[in-house]
Amino acid sequence: MSNRQTVDFGQSVENAIHELKHYLPSQSPIKDFIHHNSLHAFQDQKFFQGIFDARNIFGYNVTLNIEEFRALYASGRIQHSILEKHIENTKGKENVQLWLNKMLNSDFNFEQAYNIGKTRTIWKKNYKVDLDNKVHPLLFRVICAYLDQGVSIWNFPTNDNSFIENLRYLEVNSFTSFFKTKRAKQLLENTSTTINDLLQIIVGDEQLYFTYLFDQQFAHRGWSGMVASIEHNPSSLLLGKKISLVDFIHFELLLEIDALDHQFGTDWKPIKYAIGEEGLTSIFEKKIISESDEILMIFQEAFEWSYYDPILFGLKNAKKSIANTNHNFQAVFCIDERECSIRRHIEKTGYPCETFGAPGFFGVEFFFQPAGGFYYEKLCPAPVTPKYLIKEEDHTKHIEHSFLYNKLAHTYFGALLFSFAGGFVAFFELFKNLLFPSKAPAISDAFGHVGQLSNLHIEYQDIYPSENGLQLGFTIEEMTIRVANQLKNIGLVQNFAPIIYMIAHGSSSANNPHHGAHDCGACSGRPGSVNARVFSFMANHPKVREALKEKGINIPTSTQFIGGLHDTAADQIMFYDIDVLSQQNALLHEQYSLQFEQALDLNAKERSRRFASIKTDMPIKDIRKEIQERSVSLFEPRPELGHGSNALCIIGRRSLSKNIFLDRRAFLNSYDYTTDPNGELLVNVISPIGPVCGGINLEYYFSRIDNHKLGAGTKLPHNVMGLIGVANSSDGDLRPGLPLQMIEVHDPIRLLVIVEHMPEIVHKVISSNAGIYDWYAKEWIHLVVLNPVDNNLYYFRNEKFEIYNPLFVDIQTAKHMGTIFENATQMSAFEIDDATKENLPIYYLND
Amino acid sequence: MNQLIPIFILIPIIGYSLSLITNRKKEGLISAIAIATAAMQFIFISSAAVYFLLYKQDYLSLKLITLLKTPEFDFYIAFILDKLSFVFLFVGSILTFLVSIYSKFYIHREEGFKRFFNNIQLFFLGFNLVVIGGNFETLFLGWELIGITSFLLISFYKNRYLPIKNAMKVVSLYRLGDVFLIVAMWLCHHLWHENISFEQLTNSAWLLKSYDEHFNLLFLISLSIFIGAAIKSAMYPFSSWVARAMEGPSSSSAIFYGSLSIHLGVFLLIRTYPIWESFIAIKVIIIFFGLLTSFICNSIAQSQPTVKTQIAYSSISQIGLIFIEVAFGWHNLALVHFMGNAFFRTYQILVSPSVLHYQIHNQLFAKPKQVITNSGQLLNSLYMLSIKEYNMDHMLFHYFWMPFKKISKLFAIFNNKFFYIFIIIFFITGIILDINTLALHPTLLEFFVYSFAILALVLILISFTERLSSIYAWLNVVFGHLFIMMSISLNSHIQLKFVLMYLSSILLFGLLGYIAIKKLKNATTSINLDQYHGSGSEHPRLSILFLISCLGLIGFPISPLYIGIDLMLTYIESHEYIIMGIVGLSLIFIEISLLRVYSRLFCGIPPISNQPVAFKSS
Repeated sequence: MSNRQTVDFGQSVENAIHELKHYLPSQSPIKDFIHHNSLHAFQDQKFFQGIFDARNIFGYNVTLNIEEFRALYASGRIQHSILEKHIENTKGKENVQLWLNKMLNSDFNFEQAYNIGKTRTIWKKNYKVDLDNKVHPLLFRVICAYLDQGVSIWNFPTNDNSFIENLRYLEVNSFTSFFKTKRAKQLLENTSTTINDLLQIIVGDEQLYFTYLFDQQFAHRGWSGMVASIEHNPSSLLLGKKISLVDFIHFELLLEIDALDHQFGTDWKPIKYAIGEEGLTSIFEKKIISESDEILMIFQEAFEWSYYDPILFGLKNAKKSIANTNHNFQAVFCIDERECSIRRHIEKTGYPCETFGAPGFFGVEFFFQPAGGFYYEKLCPAPVTPKYLIKEEDHTKHIEHSFLYNKLAHTYFGALLFSFAGGFVAFFELFKNLLFPSKAPAISDAFGHVGQLSNLHIEYQDIYPSENGLQLGFTIEEMTIRVANQLKNIGLVQNFAPIIYMIAHGSSSANNPHHGAHDCGACSGRPGSVNARVFSFMANHPKVREALKEKGINIPTSTQFIGGLHDTAADQIMFYDIDVLSQQNALLHEQYSLQFEQALDLNAKERSRRFASIKTDMPIKDIRKEIQERSVSLFEPRPELGHGSNALCIIGRRSLSKNIFLDRRAFLNSYDYTTDPNGELLVNVISPIGPVCGGINLEYYFSRIDNHKLGAGTKLPHNVMGLIGVANSSDGDLRPGLPLQMIEVHDPIRLLVIVEHMPEIVHKVISSNAGIYDWYAKEWIHLVVLNPVDNNLYYFRNEKFEIYNPLFVDIQTAKHMGTIFENATQMSAFEIDDATKENLPIYYLND
Repeated sequence: MNQLIPIFILIPIIGYSLSLITNRKKEGLISAIAIATAAMQFIFISSAAVYFLLYKQDYLSLKLITLLKTPEFDFYIAFILDKLSFVFLFVGSILTFLVSIYSKFYIHREEGFKRFFNNIQLFFLGFNLVVIGGNFETLFLGWELIGITSFLLISFYKNRYLPIKNAMKVVSLYRLGDVFLIVAMWLCHHLWHENISFEQLTNSAWLLKSYDEHFNLLFLISLSIFIGAAIKSAMYPFSSWVARAMEGPSSSSAIFYGSLSIHLGVFLLIRTYPIWESFIAIKVIIIFFGLLTSFICNSIAQSQPTVKTQIAYSSISQIGLIFIEVAFGWHNLALVHFMGNAFFRTYQILVSPSVLHYQIHNQLFAKPKQVITNSGQLLNSLYMLSIKEYNMDHMLFHYFWMPFKKISKLFAIFNNKFFYIFIIIFFITGIILDINTLALHPTLLEFFVYSFAILALVLILISFTERLSSIYAWLNVVFGHLFIMMSISLNSHIQLKFVLMYLSSILLFGLLGYIAIKKLKNATTSINLDQYHGSGSEHPRLSILFLISCLGLIGFPISPLYIGIDLMLTYIESHEYIIMGIVGLSLIFIEISLLRVYSRLFCGIPPISNQPVAFKSS
């Protein structure tokens, strides 16, 4: 990325548009919720420099405030010794007392001023007109109506042209107008009008265009960002629309001219006269990091390390679980931190078994077309563009409809019918759902993604023509490569158990526009059930087995792979294609599925401690039922807490983490350094960690820190806009980011990645690719290597590994986890020191 | 049996009081109180309904208590329980019950959990007062409660800009409707020389006599009632407020604008049906506006790209049809239509977030068609009008509120200290005159009556557009109030004790508000009205004190002014419509100016805060 600080005003409109696209929020239409760093535009700088720049330019809050940090210190959640250590590291030993005093007691000037929006204030101050107020409502409504994916019944009359041409068509072919005055209408009707002409009228000075456009667009960053995102990726809309940021700005400028003409007549002066000769300072004007910023930096780091330090101590000193080669079954889960607990429970209940963690698309990337569906759904990480298509065939499947959601309810006579008959049906539906929540067509059902008994076309055959440039299914060779890579990456190349489960995950919820954010991030925000089925099919294929043998992976014929889906909200698991199991394995599976059930019970109990409506000491089956009901209750804004509280990512063997309790806060990626001494596989393993886990972590970080500007705010008043986003009320701007209900329990700390390998190898691996390297070198993610040879920790700091010695902690051994959950405190308020009290410390577990 | 009617008011009052005193962190208890209140109400209504059916009662009525009585004026609280009340009571309690259960989980851990339930309870009380109110005064009591709880729930997220702006928008229109009801009450009083009860309206012979004698007056009463009802039920051209009002949590939007509050216009029309039944012209007007509303709002509903706006307009479109049914006298049909519409829209708003998943999921299997339209000019125009909500918002602002803004700006020159000296001199003159009214020539007296009334309106309008000093804005309203009283008391002789009652409440609430502003001024840097200060979160007590003062001055039922205003108006004769017009306008702008000061000072985005705040546009 170029150094954006050199950007200056006085540049062309094209440049401004280009820069805008870089800085605007890049959230795509909400049906595909893909986590990403909310401040991705600042990622070319070091973390603190980047976030402080973002604050100085756009006015976002980027760290907790001083009172919150002090409260965390007072409550002991920022440890004194860690704080001292960090002051010492940055300010030197002699200044510790001085700085400690500054940080804890002295008055603090928080940064208030920011650069964006100055020209908007000029309209208000010098012209006494609130242009935003006059322009936004109609602007939002028109763009929303144009992009609408299916809320309205009477659609925007479109002639398949660009946005501006559509508007022009309407303006010419109607008796009314979007404008109140003549000039704006004429300017629109004139096909040769450009943005430059309009800016000339409004701004008057080319030097100011850049700043003006930034101020204007950032007054409604939600819609501008959505427009830019759709322009960048038009296929993100099912119902294609031709839209560009330029067109959008064009229309907004016209509305501004209209509003000003309406207020003053055509006789008003461009804004350059109000700004005067001296002009404006650049919105990208660089500020130095002040002393108060340094205080926040040290606090933030001390807060992070107060959590990391005991974890690292525990990892280093925990009893490594003894490698057991005799497993009744093996199960591969997604690396998702929500699967951290179910893995723990399944390992500690019943038959001995082994679990692994791998990104939840299981290394098979493709588009999926459900039976009867017209569209393809991408089932792999967002940056990957697959070349394959998997089609589902299912004759039993039918789409369930709900009478009450019928759009007829808004047509003239339909509405009449509905308010007589529909009213009473609705009444009983509501009554039913409030008292007995259950599945319904409008509920986003993770298991509905693919039919349990449907056929998938997975193996490529010559007779299939390719569809839209996509190959239908995989060849044996392509399958072999994918299976081999996946198994090698997680270190599962020997000691195969008779049954190997591939458990993907998804999440069911009701009344939740953000449901995509709860599904699998490695499957582009969708449930991963198809991937689990496809992978199992591949790995069970006799020809693939043979080819694998040639590659040195010898899977016994008795071993069979089974796909499954874990619903992380309802805590249920469904297994697919069990009819392929041999008789013997089928019997075993029956027993193992009971073990899964037990683990789900325990998992539900563990999760229930964070839900106020469920008592954790209730009988476990009741808890299960309540947990299940949450996922289908209309009134439940928190069916689950998503990735809230995520903080760690461990890349290594399970033996490392098996005997410690990490409170569902760690992404667990299986990787066996002994099978990969030179780190050739590590590149593949580590490369998605930044964009996927780092993206999730940073989106949660920023949505938690500034839920109003970088998050979506509370979801209770949200209104669904054109099926592409949510906003408050009828006239509000779109709200990208995560809603309050998802981030409450989140501690805003950066991700700590822990890799089990030699520091030199890890250094070599991350240096091999700038895309990977920058995440760690620029400190958007912390990286620690646990060297399995000397059992020392090495922290990646200033681009080199330094040995890290955690402070001694007395970690307790949990005798009975259930009691710990039952006794854990529950937050009573949202304030940070209260909200995160409920996060539990690290415990040792018995093997 | 009729002695038991007050129980339907008592239950919500107990519920509200219990909710008020509960600790704000006790979520379970607060919601349990609300659920229990609605459930109790439902049980009692059902029992009463059984009694009605068994004993074949038409209605029950009760005159509960007389609050103030003069030979001319009898302000009393009365109840009536008939089929109409039953239907509304039934729907009201069951929807409040369901929405309370829903909200118990939905609002969990939201800042303002208690505030939400308090408001729901207060609303429930107001709703019940309206539907069993036995006379205009009692009904209006509930009407006002609903108005103010609407304001508080729309501005539930008081640290964002749009909720505050929209709450002001809605409450301004509501107030306009209120004043039409006040006018109707005033006219009724002059027509019948007493405070009539709804029970009397069932006496058709008596009504027919009035119809013969006071045709014009009765027509004006009917028209005022219609306008009041039309605003409350968002008939064209007042429809745009409903979409603006969807600012609070979905569950409050559902109960207010989906179901209960918005159908109260229908209720009012049925309740007062005997009054306007004989006017073909009124029926034609109702049918005309009902039909127009149903067409326009349906076309808006079809074109809107946001879920809640669509539901809002769909609902209004149905209410337009219900208005027609009421005008034709098909009241049973109207009541069934009301029930169906209320249930259906409540449901739609409560599940509105689901629409996203449902529609997107469906589209995977039923490809949405990209309609390439080459529709004619007429359709294009209608489409554009629908998208723009037929310019209703703009028109109301431009042709109704804007002229007052412009007028009041003309008086901005008076806004200095000398003007206040003049005001005080004038006021003292007024007091002297008041004491010896007899000494004055009638023409001169009339001159003073008008000039005081006009001065009152001017003061209040100045306050309405005051951009800087909140103290001036406040004092102007207080003086405005005093001059209204002065004008009326010069106009006709009023007993001293009533003047004192009126005066003392103005001074009391005026002083309280003044103290609140002064305290706030000492605590913060600026209290200018040119921006929002959002001081409510930092000074919650001052915020409540000031809100109470505002409500007191507005004539909210917590202050004797509530009766006082009614009483004063009876001293304006029915032919003195100019005075009544001026006073009516003053009453509209008193409420708007006071709530404006409240929202500027205590709501909105705090300009200086180390807590994250929302963007203005979100």
